Amino acid sequence: MENQEIETHTIAVLVDNEPGVLARVVGLFSGRGYNIESLTVSTVSEDKTVSRISIVTSGTPMIIEQIKAQLDRLVPVSAVHDLTEEGAYIEREVALIKVAAKGPERRESLRIADIFRARVADTTVDSFVFVVTGTQEKIDAFTELMRALGGVEVSRSGVVAIARGSEVL
Amino acid sequence: MASERMTGAEIVIKALVDLGVEVVFGYPGGAVLPIYDALFKQNRLRHILVRQEGGAVHAAEGYARSTGKIGVVLVTSGPGATNAVTGLTDALMDSVPVVCLTGQVPTHLIGNDAFQECDTTGITRPCTKHNYLVKDVQDLGKTLHEAFYVAGSGRPGPVVVDLPKDVQFAEGDYEAPQSAAHKTYKPRVKGDPSAIEQAVSLLASAKRPIVYAGGGVVNSGDKGSQLLTQFVRMTGYPCTLTLMGLGAYPASDNQFLGMLGMHGTYEANMAMHDSDVILCVGARFDDRVTGRLDAFAPDAKKIHIDIDPSSINKNVRVDIPIIGDVAHVLEDMVKIWKSKQHRADGKALDAWWDRITEWRAVNCLKFKQAGDIIKPQHAIRRLYEATKDRETYITTEVGQHQMWAAQHFPFDRPNHWMTSGGLGTMGYGLPAAVGVQLAHPDALVVDIAGEASTMMNIQELSTAMQYRAKIKVFILNNEYMGMVRQWQELLHGGRYSETYSEALPDFVKLAEAFGAVGLRAEKADQLDDVIAEMIACDNAVVADICVDPAENVFPMIPSGAAHNDMLLGPEDEKAKPVSEDGMVLV
Ligand SMILES: Cc1ncc(C[n+]2csc(CCOP(=O)(O)OP(=O)(O)O)c2C)c(N)n1
Ligand SMILES: [Mg+2]
Repeated sequence: MENQEIETHTIAVLVDNEPGVLARVVGLFSGRGYNIESLTVSTVSEDKTVSRISIVTSGTPMIIEQIKAQLDRLVPVSAVHDLTEEGAYIEREVALIKVAAKGPERRESLRIADIFRARVADTTVDSFVFVVTGTQEKIDAFTELMRALGGVEVSRSGVVAIARGSEVL
Repeated sequence: MASERMTGAEIVIKALVDLGVEVVFGYPGGAVLPIYDALFKQNRLRHILVRQEGGAVHAAEGYARSTGKIGVVLVTSGPGATNAVTGLTDALMDSVPVVCLTGQVPTHLIGNDAFQECDTTGITRPCTKHNYLVKDVQDLGKTLHEAFYVAGSGRPGPVVVDLPKDVQFAEGDYEAPQSAAHKTYKPRVKGDPSAIEQAVSLLASAKRPIVYAGGGVVNSGDKGSQLLTQFVRMTGYPCTLTLMGLGAYPASDNQFLGMLGMHGTYEANMAMHDSDVILCVGARFDDRVTGRLDAFAPDAKKIHIDIDPSSINKNVRVDIPIIGDVAHVLEDMVKIWKSKQHRADGKALDAWWDRITEWRAVNCLKFKQAGDIIKPQHAIRRLYEATKDRETYITTEVGQHQMWAAQHFPFDRPNHWMTSGGLGTMGYGLPAAVGVQLAHPDALVVDIAGEASTMMNIQELSTAMQYRAKIKVFILNNEYMGMVRQWQELLHGGRYSETYSEALPDFVKLAEAFGAVGLRAEKADQLDDVIAEMIACDNAVVADICVDPAENVFPMIPSGAAHNDMLLGPEDEKAKPVSEDGMVLV
C-alpha cells in the first residue's frame, strides 16, 4: 500500500510576476483540496518580473508530488522547488505581537521577550509590540507564553525559506 | 518584418489569419462589436454564427478534434462568456485545443459591475489551461500568438483571451512573432532515454503484457496512432483503448480487446486485472477506467507515457514514468525494440492469448434482437454496417447511447470519434457534429444521441441549416434519461425519480420546423430503410429511432468494484449488489 503518512513540505515557487498569478496558485490549492498552512509572496528580481511564493503545505507523499506537478503545470510558473526534499534549508517567519498588560505581567513579558530575542518595536504605558523572528514553532511558543500575560494580538508574515549552500535559483 | 499599425479589432483578425485560422464559431454582442465590424470588412475568416455560446465551444471542439487544428470561439462579455464555461471545462477535461476570445467591458469600467460585465478571467481560471486579460493594445498580437501556442502545445487545452472593448478600438502595432518560445512554459516532448530503455526491457520480459492507450495518442497526431499500431503489432501484445482513445488502434485488428473501464469489454478488463506489465500510453488511469483502486491490476508493473507530468502518479503509482509526447516516445521504443532485437516471450504470450481467447468467448457485448422492438445496440450495428465504407465521423451525446456507440461502432482511424469523456456533457454531440461537418463538408457526420441530450442543444440545428451542414442526428429514443435510469435500477431500488422523458417533442416535426428532414423508425423492420434514407438525404436529418426503453448497458463494473468483478448482464444485477462504498461514488 501507498505511504499514507501526512508530511509537511516547504515549497518555493518562482513565477512570472503577472496579474492573477497568485490567484492561480491559491485557486489550485482550494480547487483540488490541498492544504495551505502558510503562504508568502513577493517580487524578488531586480526588475520586478519574478516573484517568489513560499508555501508550507501538507499531505501524503503522493499528494505532495501532485501539488508540485500541478504547480509546475501553471503557465507562468518557471520553477518549483521542494525545499524539504532537496536538502538543508533555512526557514524564518516574522511576527508582530502586541501584548496589553500592566504591572508584573508587563515586566514578565519583557523577560520572556528577552529569552526569545524578541525586540520591542513600540511601547505605550499599557502595551508592547514585540518583533520576533524564527521558526513557526518558536513564534507559536512565544505567542502562547504571552497569552498568559494579557490581551494579545498577533500579525505573522508566514514562512519564508531558502536552501543552504552556494546554489542560486 | 516591420510592424503594422491598426486597431485592436483589426489585430485580432490579422493575428487569426496569420495563425492559419479559417473558421471562427461565435455570437456577437456589445463588447465585441468592433471585432464583428472588422470581420465584416474581410473575407479570410469564415464566421459561423451559432445559436448559443455553449454550442460555439462544442462546435469548435468538434472542429478541433476532427482536424487536429485549434478550434476558435468568439463571444461577447458577461452572458456570452458564462455560456461558454461548460464548453471550456469540457475542452479542459478532454484536452481539446480551443482558443476562446471573449469581449469585456472597457478597462476603466472593469470592477464596476458594469452592464454585461463578469470576471471572465476569474470564472474561467479553473476551467482553462491558461487565460489572459489584455489591457494594452500593444500586447494584443503577442498575446494572441502565445494563446494559440499554449492551447496547441504540450497537453492541449482551452485558452481564453479577454478583450476589453477599448482595447479593440485602440490603435497599436502588430507584428507576427518570430518564435513561439515561452519564458516559463516549456512542454517536454522527448522522453528520458534511460527510462524508455528500461520500459522496453520490462515489456520484453513480460509474460502477460497489455497496452492501454488513450486520447493522448490521438492528440499526438497521426504519427502517434501509427507508431502505437506498429509497436503493438511488432510485439504481438494485446491492446485496449479508453473511451477517448477509440480509433488510435484499429478496432478491426485481432490484437484489439475493445474499450476498457466501466463499460469496457470483459476481455479488456480481465486482461488488465491479470496482466503483469501494463504500458499506459497517453491515458490517465481515470476512475472510470481503474474501478476500485486498491484492486486495480494488482500484479502489474506499470509504465506510463504522458506529456503532462501531473497525470503521472495521480491515481495509480507507476513503476516507470516517461514524460514526453507519445509519438516521440513510441518512436524511440520501436527503435530500441528493434535494435536490441527484443522478442516477446513466445510461450508465455501464447498462453496469455489463450486466456484472452477464453474471455473473449464470453461474448460480453451480445444482445438479442428479436421481434419488433429495436434494440439500441442493434441500431448502432446497423448504422455501422451502412456507413463503414464511407468517410464517417461520429459524435455522441452522453448516456447509454454513448456507451453503446463506443462498444458497437468500431473505429479504425483516429479523429473520427468525438465524445465528451471527462466532463460527460449532455448536449455536446449536436454542436460538435456541426463543427465536424464544417471541417469535412463531404463526409458523413452522425451524432449518435439520446432524446434527453438532444434537447440540451437542439437550437444548433438552426446553425446547421444556415451553413448547410448536413449532420445526421441519430436519436436512440428510449424515452428515458437511460443512463440515470440504469443507475436508479441498480442502486436505488428502481425508483425512477425524474428520469422519464416526459412531454417529448415530436422529433420528426421538430426537424421539419428547422427545415431539416425528420425520420422515424418504430419497428425493427423499418430501421435499415430509415438509416439508408438518412444517409442519402442531402439535408440535415433527425432520425428518431424508437428503441427498447428497458435496455441497460453491459458489461458494467459498478462503482467501487474491481475489474474482475463485472456485471455481464441483467442476470448478474441481482446476484452482485453494489457495495455501500460504491453507492457514494459517481
Ligand atoms: C449537462 C448534463 N446534465 C446531466 C447529466 C447527467 N446525465 C448523464 S446521462 C443522463 C441521461 C441522458 O439521457 P439521454 O440523452 O436520453 O441518453 P440515454 O442514456 O437515454 O441513452 C444524464 C441526465 C449530464 N451528463 N450532463
Ligand atoms: Mg434516452
